[in-house]
Amino acid sequence: MSVQVRVPTVLRSYTGGAKEVPADGETVGEVFDALDSAHPGIKERVVDEQGELRRFVNVYVDNEDVRFADGLKTPVADGAKVSIIPSVAGG
Amino acid sequence: MTDTGTAPLAPTRLPPLVEPAAELTIDEVRRYSRHLIIPDVGMTGQKRLKNAKVLVIGAGGLGSPALLYLAAAGVGTLGIVEFDEVDESNLQRQIIHGQGDIGKSKALSAKESVAETNPYVNVVVHDERLENDNVLDIFRQYDLIVDGTDNFATRYLVNDAAVLLGKPYVWGSIYRFDGQASVFWAEHGPQYRDLYPEPPPPGMVPSCAEGGVLGVLCASIGSIMVNEAIKLICGIGDPLIGRLMVFDALEMSYSELRIRKDPNAEPITELIDYEAFCGAISDEAAEAAAGSTISVTQLASMLKERDEGSRDFTLVDVREPTEYEINRIPGSVLIPKGDFLSGVALEQLPQDKPVVLHCKSGQRSAEALAVVKGAGFSDAVHVGGGVVAWVNQIDPSQPAY
Repeated sequence: MSVQVRVPTVLRSYTGGAKEVPADGETVGEVFDALDSAHPGIKERVVDEQGELRRFVNVYVDNEDVRFADGLKTPVADGAKVSIIPSVAGG
Repeated sequence: MTDTGTAPLAPTRLPPLVEPAAELTIDEVRRYSRHLIIPDVGMTGQKRLKNAKVLVIGAGGLGSPALLYLAAAGVGTLGIVEFDEVDESNLQRQIIHGQGDIGKSKALSAKESVAETNPYVNVVVHDERLENDNVLDIFRQYDLIVDGTDNFATRYLVNDAAVLLGKPYVWGSIYRFDGQASVFWAEHGPQYRDLYPEPPPPGMVPSCAEGGVLGVLCASIGSIMVNEAIKLICGIGDPLIGRLMVFDALEMSYSELRIRKDPNAEPITELIDYEAFCGAISDEAAEAAAGSTISVTQLASMLKERDEGSRDFTLVDVREPTEYEINRIPGSVLIPKGDFLSGVALEQLPQDKPVVLHCKSGQRSAEALAVVKGAGFSDAVHVGGGVVAWVNQIDPSQPAY
């Protein structure tokens, strides 16, 4: 499955400034593995040492939060949009 | 609009939050005529606004447009929580303050601007920092909270207090070109902890003071916040409850994402220690900085000795290139903090002389110091107060930011 991953401003240093990058995978976890091969270091910002999603970053497949689906095992459909939404506090 | 998916986001219609005031004066009718002729607002809606008590936390980037538009809209009572003073670097986005307000209390400056915008608004100034021991007493006086603060500790405090009191609150947040907004009301939908259960560890997410923010982004997100406040007060439209609005100013796109109530969330039963929960600095950084922090005065004499040839060390500025362009400590080399966290910076450090790290204020350099010490550079130190202290105490000819 090929998906488009939306990269927030704070993580664009990993993607050479690109706000959307392609990645392949059957699940969200595989998408992040593929993403990390192309952009080393980015996965660690989203997934912790235990292999769980960090609790201050949300990952959406289309408009659904994967924490309420199957987490990193959530399947992705071909052409899906995976969005990384970081917690920010600026005001 | 993107990301609406196939399933509707099921907006929740709610009754008006506020009962209408008894009447509008003739002057008020003239002033609010463009609202009064909108069928969904009308006389009744405007009387609800007149009777509404709204608390705005922070008279900064988001608070500026929020306060001005809430005042112009005719919200009868506006509370302002703000303890800070107006700084010149605020004026690029905090349009409620002006050149003549520099150095003045932000709360007072905001009050004066609100009075100029609409003299019929009663402004209540809370010229203090929001803390565990005052938050509940302050919140109780209001129907609705608007959260435009600038740090995670206050944001979790606001959320938990609002949950404990059953108050709705409008939340907005900004960084560089990105903005987020939602309405949290635990009785009718999710709350902030359902969206972000925990804050990021210190140092991981830069603040606007560290990373910058496009001034006009405040207006984009602030206007969404006021829009939602007015809808809740008047009971019109579909409130932004259970939905996260994500704005990308570079792309000029709004995306809507669903927020669900987390069935596994710990119930909020009391206020906690928010500074400890969010941490200004990580434990590793605090440990590394203990006993390994020098002042800018010490650094100045060390640099003098280096120039004279009686001492040698490498001074590393761990800020970003854009910050290095604004001001710098002479004789420093730039290696951004991210290169320390990824490890690539370590190869660039000298093995034969001590390393001195600095950043803007001393937080990022403490994080980098933890990495450097962990890699065996045991004599490394960092500069407390960073380049801000350098400009204040050593070289006032350089600009601050």
